[in-house]
Order: sequence, then structure tokens, then C-alpha cells
Amino acid sequence: MSRLLVRNGRVIDPAQGLDETLDILIEDGRIARLGRDLPRGADVPELDADGLVVAPGFIDLHTHLREPGFEHKETIETGCLAAAAGGFTAVCCMANTNPVNDEPAVTRYIMEKAQRAGAVRVYPIGALSKGCRGEELAEVGEMVQAGAVAISDSPSPVANPLLLRRALEYCRSFDVPIIVHPQDEILSDRGSMNEGRVSTRIGLRGMPTVAEELVVGRDILLAEYTGGRLHLGHLSTAGSVEAVREAKKRGSRVTCEVTAHHFSLTDEDVASANYDPLWKMNPPLRTDDDRRAIVKGIADGTIDAIVSDHAPHHQDEKEMDFSDAPFGISGLETAVSLALDRLIRPGVIDLSALVRLMSMAPARIVRVPGGSLKEGSVGDLTVLDPERSVTVDPASFVSKGRNTPFRGVKLQGGPAATVVGGSVVWKG
Amino acid sequence: MGIEPAVALNSKDLVGIAGLEAGEIQLLLDTAEQLLEVARRPIKKVPTLRGMTVVNLFMEPSTRTRFSFEVAEKRLSADTLNFSSSTSSVTKGETLFDTARNLMAMAPDFIVIRHPNTGAPHRLSGVVSASVINAGDGSNEHPTQALLDAFTIRRHFGSLTGLTVVVAGDIRHSRVARSNAFLLSKMGAKVRFAAPASLLPVEVEELQAESYLRLEPALEGADAVMMLRIQMERQKKLNFPSMREYYDFFALTPERLRLAKEGALVMHPGPMNRGVEIDSEVADGDQSVILEQVTNGVAIRMAILYLLAGGRSESAAGS
Repeated sequence: MSRLLVRNGRVIDPAQGLDETLDILIEDGRIARLGRDLPRGADVPELDADGLVVAPGFIDLHTHLREPGFEHKETIETGCLAAAAGGFTAVCCMANTNPVNDEPAVTRYIMEKAQRAGAVRVYPIGALSKGCRGEELAEVGEMVQAGAVAISDSPSPVANPLLLRRALEYCRSFDVPIIVHPQDEILSDRGSMNEGRVSTRIGLRGMPTVAEELVVGRDILLAEYTGGRLHLGHLSTAGSVEAVREAKKRGSRVTCEVTAHHFSLTDEDVASANYDPLWKMNPPLRTDDDRRAIVKGIADGTIDAIVSDHAPHHQDEKEMDFSDAPFGISGLETAVSLALDRLIRPGVIDLSALVRLMSMAPARIVRVPGGSLKEGSVGDLTVLDPERSVTVDPASFVSKGRNTPFRGVKLQGGPAATVVGGSVVWKG
Repeated sequence: MGIEPAVALNSKDLVGIAGLEAGEIQLLLDTAEQLLEVARRPIKKVPTLRGMTVVNLFMEPSTRTRFSFEVAEKRLSADTLNFSSSTSSVTKGETLFDTARNLMAMAPDFIVIRHPNTGAPHRLSGVVSASVINAGDGSNEHPTQALLDAFTIRRHFGSLTGLTVVVAGDIRHSRVARSNAFLLSKMGAKVRFAAPASLLPVEVEELQAESYLRLEPALEGADAVMMLRIQMERQKKLNFPSMREYYDFFALTPERLRLAKEGALVMHPGPMNRGVEIDSEVADGDQSVILEQVTNGVAIRMAILYLLAGGRSESAAGS
């Protein structure tokens, strides 16, 4: 029997209203007991969590692992190790690989590779359309049977509303959510940053907020009309947050997420970056008004989940100039620290809310094990040190992607250890 | 003249007007004044940049800007190398940084860059030791054009302070409009943009300019009118319906020009679309300074090279 005793941590589990210093015993990969001063044994390995926070494992709903096809950016192995180092016990990986994850063989390939990497749990997300081309529905049922937990063409938007309607309807038979990248690409007009005062000032082509908000509105209406499960990916504008707030008020089942960088940075940071594409992402960094609306949405529960939108790229790709460089940041190893520094430290939310946003809600949205520390649950833990001072150093990233706009930024708080199925897969 | 010229330029590069102070602009214009005279000599050459190498890196088609730089470089006795997009390796997928590293291996003193993407000169300036001069980047800046435009205006009015300058056309895609707005506002002139809103950027007041949705009211009381080239092929027929309609409502015609101040200057960065944004009668009329702009462009580019090489204004035209 494999065991792990996690001692003296401040255990936070909103699923059972828990916030107290306890020991946790994990046996054979599952939570066996929670209690004070649990019996120790010479043959029971221990993890000292004194002064640390112990939470149900964080699950990232929006990760690009890049394999198969783009192994120069990231492999499933390096991505899994980066997730562990970033405090995640599971990641949901997007389908935009090469070949695209639009059939069960690719889904199984990803899962086998992840098994071999052995760090964190990997839940593949199947493509919504064949080749993510936005034309024909992919083999959703086959992929779900093989292990896919959601369906998405992200980062490609679903331009065709009829395709989205049919997908929302069809997926009801398999009970998986559809994750969308809400954006009208025609309106975005090849922009590479937020359209507004800053884009006008620095001369970069802009993507207007309305290009996101139109599609958020459309997709919420289609979800309500069809009764399908819709999860809105990485919202970035005040209008999008408001649209979700209104939808939830009228009883819509729609869920949504935001990235750690969208509550941390704004388009003014793009202006300070002297056209360095490390600040180029999609959706783009918006204005401070948008950023504050996102923070408010996190605080009032409109936002269900915080994600990394981990999008690793090779250094050569980010050496191109701003308009030509690809979108995205390497986010797995900074998301948790950003949440602790930008949300917990200033008191926007408490740790219990953070656990909801990064563990409980993600587990519920994609219906995977975890999200709670109840006896019998999977033995996945994220151990946090909210006091630790972290200076972001891309050279020390475990991910192959060093593309981060946070180089040299000092943050308060970070992961301390990651436990998956009772094994310590990473320790700081 | 209210603005005291600076003693020298603050940066090793000239990547945009946005980063210049008014005193530096004044210094550039004063220096160009000294250098204008070189063109009138029988032997149009001074030895200022002898032994120095200038790379002209043109990643986007250009005739007049490239020629103007080449003439300026040759009159200053620099050695020049020309790279253009059709002959360079950029089309083969080389990154901008690799191109820069390769160029630096040839130890140039200056890199003059024209690039289809915004910010390319700015990024280049951070990784090379040579002085980088922006000859136009994406839809961002065309600082040497704005300097030559300001120089042309100043030669007619003595000063830029208090003047009203109209810039009309596709403002949203125009680096010329942007650099002009930055420059003229720094020098105390008023800038009016005239275009339908589909050709204006959002939050246009960020550019320190007033915007007008029709040309006529913008022209009232104007000291100079700058017409921008309309590129129908860029518009996909979404931004305005036709060349004919554009001419009908937004072209500078003799009748419309009469709304401006008497003797107002007519300017165009070229190449012109006669009968689209500008009527031939106006383009070739008494008030047109379009060819002066071309002449002045050489002097401005000489002044930039000279000052970036560490020269002083008063001895610019000396041998």
C-alpha cells in the first residue's frame, strides 16, 4: 500500500467548508483521512506542510501542450513537468496540435504520452470541428469515449453559428462542455493588440473589444437556445464579463474563465514593451478598465475559473516583429503566483475563493476527479506558500517556452509542492 | 522662434518623432537649413561621413524615400549598401534579429530601415550598435517624411508655432499622418485630420489632432494642406465606396483650396493619384510645394545622418 502523510498544513477545501490546520493521509492514491495529529509511521513518507496552504489539486482548463506536431515549442512531458512546477495537478490540453486532436487515435496518443511523463493528469480536449477548420463536426463521441473531457477549436473561433448550434446540441448526448474562443476574426481585422488609445498612439493594428463581445453574446444566446453546455474561454473585456453576469442572473448555465495575465497586465504594458511580442497574446491585453472589470468579476463570482492559457513558443518565433510573431505566453509556471500576488495579497478574494477558481470549478466544468479533499477523493494536492517571494526567471522555467512578459517581476506567493495521486511530483 | 534647439540628439537612433523632444526637432531643422546649400554647389559632396557605411534595408517597396536617402548618403561621402525585400533573405523566413546580426557582422555605422510591420526599427535599435533610422514602419511612423514636411513649412512661414495644418486622407493606415501629427503638435502647430470616420483611427485625440469628417470645414483658416495618397487596393471597398466618390467629397480641388488661407501651401508626400485625392490644377499650381518637399527631403536626411554621426549644427556644410 502506498501512503503519504501531509502534516500540519492549513487545509482549505471549500467543497466541505474547511479552513483549518490538519494532517492529510493519502492511501493508494486517494484521500484516506483528514484530522489533527494523525498517527505517524516509520514506513509512511511525510510531506511537511507547516506554514503552508494545502488545497485540492489545481486543474488548468486551458493549456496548449503542443505535442504532437510542435515539439520544438513544448512536449507533453515538458508541459506536464511545467504544470507540476507551477502547482497544477492536472491540465486540459487544447486540440490545436498537428495532427489536430479530432479523432480518438490522437486522443489516446496524448493520454499515453502523458502517462509516460508521469507528472500530472492530462485531460485531452477534442476538436469541435475536423482539423479545427470550422466546417464539419469532429468525431466528438469517439473522442469522449477515448478520454476527451471537452470540445474546442480554440484558439480558432467558431465563426459559423450553425456549426456551433449543432455542436452544442450534439454534445448534449455526451455531456461534455464546449469551450469557445469568442472572437469575430473579420472584425479583429488582423490586429495584434487591443484597439484603443494605446494602439492609436503606438501605431499597431488593433482588435476591438466589440469583436469579442458580439461573439460572447451570440454564443450565450445559442447555449441558452440549445440547452448545450458552453464554457467561454479567456474573457478579456468588461463587456464580456457583464454579459456573463447578466446571463447567470437569468439562470443561464454558461461558465467562463479568465487568464492570469488578463487580470495582471494591460495594453499600457504593451506600450512600455517597445514592440516586444512577449506582450502579444490573443485575446490581447486590454485597458485597465477591462482589467478591473475582470478582477471585479472574479471577486463577485461571475468568473468561474482562472486558467494559464499556457501557449509556449520557441524563442525564434518571438524574435519576429510584433505583427508577425505568434500570440501567447508560457503561463503554467506563473499563473498561481500571479493569482496569489494580484488577488490574494491585496485581498480581492480569499484562499477559499482561489481554490474554487482553480480547482473546484474546473473539476466541475469538465467533470473530472478532484476539486475536493473529501475522504475517498483523488489524492491530488496543490501546496502553496503565500508568503514566498518569487522573482520570475524564464531561464529557470521547466517549460520549453520561455515566452513570458513577467521576466524579473517580483511576486508574493507561489506553489510549494505538487502531489498527484499521493506522489510528490514536484517540490520547491 | 520660441523653441531653443538642442545641442545634440539624445539617442543613437531616429526611430520615431514620438521619442523626440522639440529642441531636437529644432536642431534637425536648423541643421537641414545648413545642408540645403550643398545641393547648389557644382560638386555636391562633403566628406563628413567618409569611411562610414550605411545599410539601406528596404523590406517594403519604396522609390522616393530610398533614392532620397541614397542621395543624402552619397553627398555626405558614405559608403552605401542596399538590401531590398526581393533580394534579401527575409522572404526566406529569416527573423529580423538574424538579419540584424548578419548586418552587424559587416560593421555598418547606420541602418536605414523601411519595414511593413510597426515597431521593427524600434526592436532593431535595441539589438544593434549601429544607428537605426526609421524610413517608415508599418502604420506607425515615417519620421523623416514628417521632418521634411515641417522643414518645408518652416521655410515658408519662418516658424511652425501657431500654424494650422490639415492632413487629409487615409489617416488610419498612414504613418505620414501620425508622424506629422506628433511633430507639428510638439512644435506648437495645430493639426487637423480630415477623413470619413472609416479612415480615422479610434481615439484619434491621442494623436494630438482634431478630426473633421468633411474636408471643407477643416480647410477653413488652414496654412498648409497635406493630401495623402489613397490606395484603393488596400481598402477592399469597405472603407469608402469608390475613387469617384472619394474625389467628389474629399479631393483637394481649386474650389476647396480657396477655403484655406490665401497662399496656403499644398503638400503631398507622393506618389500622387491625380484626380483622386488631388486635382492636377492644384498639384501643379502656384501654391504647390510638392517638389520642394522632395528637394528638402535630401537635406533633412543628410542632417539626420550628420547629427547621429555626432556632428554639430553650425559646421554642417563645412568641408
